[in-house]
Amino acid sequence: MKISPLDRILLLLTGLLAAYHIVVGIEGFASLPAIAYTIAFGVLLIAGLLLILLGFDVLDSPIIVIVSTIIPLSLATGLVWQYLASFGTLYLGFAILGFLAVTITRALPIKTKLPVLVLGIVHGLAGLTIFLLPIIWVLTGRAAPGFALVGIGGALIGIGGLLLSFLKAGKPLLSRAVIFRLLPGLLLLMTAAFVAGFAFAS
Amino acid sequence: MTALAAQSKIVNLKSKIRLYWPLTKSLQTGLLLSTGLAGYMSARCPVMHWYDFLGLGVSLFLAIAGSTILNMWYDRDIDSVMNRTHHRPLADGRVSPNEALRLGLILSALGIGMAVAMSPLYGLVVFAGLFFDVVVYTIWLKRRTCWSIVWGGISGGMPILAGRAFGLGHMDGIGILLALAVLFWIPTHILTFSMRYFDDYRAAKIPTFPSVYGFPVTRATIAVSSVIAALSIGAAGIMIGMEWGYLRLLAVLSAGLLALAVASVFRPSERVNFGLFKYASVYMLAAMILMMF
Repeated sequence: MKISPLDRILLLLTGLLAAYHIVVGIEGFASLPAIAYTIAFGVLLIAGLLLILLGFDVLDSPIIVIVSTIIPLSLATGLVWQYLASFGTLYLGFAILGFLAVTITRALPIKTKLPVLVLGIVHGLAGLTIFLLPIIWVLTGRAAPGFALVGIGGALIGIGGLLLSFLKAGKPLLSRAVIFRLLPGLLLLMTAAFVAGFAFAS
Repeated sequence: MTALAAQSKIVNLKSKIRLYWPLTKSLQTGLLLSTGLAGYMSARCPVMHWYDFLGLGVSLFLAIAGSTILNMWYDRDIDSVMNRTHHRPLADGRVSPNEALRLGLILSALGIGMAVAMSPLYGLVVFAGLFFDVVVYTIWLKRRTCWSIVWGGISGGMPILAGRAFGLGHMDGIGILLALAVLFWIPTHILTFSMRYFDDYRAAKIPTFPSVYGFPVTRATIAVSSVIAALSIGAAGIMIGMEWGYLRLLAVLSAGLLALAVASVFRPSERVNFGLFKYASVYMLAAMILMMF
């Protein structure tokens, strides 16, 4: 499916927001959260650029499933290190093992449902962390209300991930054309929610 | 009658500009111009004189556009047999060779003259860039050896070196490092291109890395040169004193370049090759913009 000028503009805005967050948004954060957020927004930025340059065909690559795991895993790791420091090392271990598990099960010719199961568990846990942690923090008064936007970004990334995962699994929830039409806007909304959420966290 | 004559002259001028503009390869000229401006700003930020900046932009544009036109004038026989370039104004006869030669020489002379007037050192570096591009790369080596791209790369590194030399008033290690970054970025740009248009270059009998050493060696060369380019830009950024935020972004963009270069070695495809070619241009432009902050 051909990428439209509007799609390119939305993706460019997504990339610029991600770049802004890398430069300004994480200034002053501790090392590990800063690295984790840099990885997450960096993957988002490069993915946006490649979509602009190569079009939606780039999503047909089998490596997309692996690369798209990096965004929620590193975002969730950053959040846990920043707000639940006592679980930081444990969560980092989960993120590394989860990423390796997704990579290995995708790289090997496994005929069972194991790759989908692994992907579901890893994505699910990371997605829940991004969605729930900010909302719980806001509800318990430990963060400013604006921080809840990060949770909304988490919900949006979950929707995008589900749409793409089911499409790649051959059981699309919506048609390929509709998913690709929605994707640039969804990516922009998600990135805007994350950037605003972090900016309004304190 | 006078109004009609004036209107006719304006229409004539507009059509000439429309014909001449493609001769300058505006995107390539714009990218090289951005490296020159970034080189200057890397030296002068935050103190900057707009008249110097404007003079730098105009003189570099004239010199780069002039050398590009001279390059296209000399290569018009190659362009006419290549599918990708046979529709260019010189190759298809819409602009005569003499007209293009005159235009190229005038723009080059104006650019170098202006550069020398602004600063002899700056003028010398701009002249060196033009000399390497037109004489060494285009006339002497391009049709003889695939290694001509090294000289093309050296000339490509001159605008950023010139910009920094103009800003500082002397040459320094950072300027040479920045020129090296462009030199090693050039293979990523040119070799992906020569793989994409392999048949065109073969038809024109131009030796390229893919035709002499094969695709796998070419891809490995691209990967290695991308690593060196990214490291050089990163090192220059640190030595210039770029803020951490901008360095982080530069590291992310460099990681994208390296990932695509590695992918082109281990999972080669036309799509990855074309993606790397396009991304390399975006990368260089973005790196230059970051250098300006």
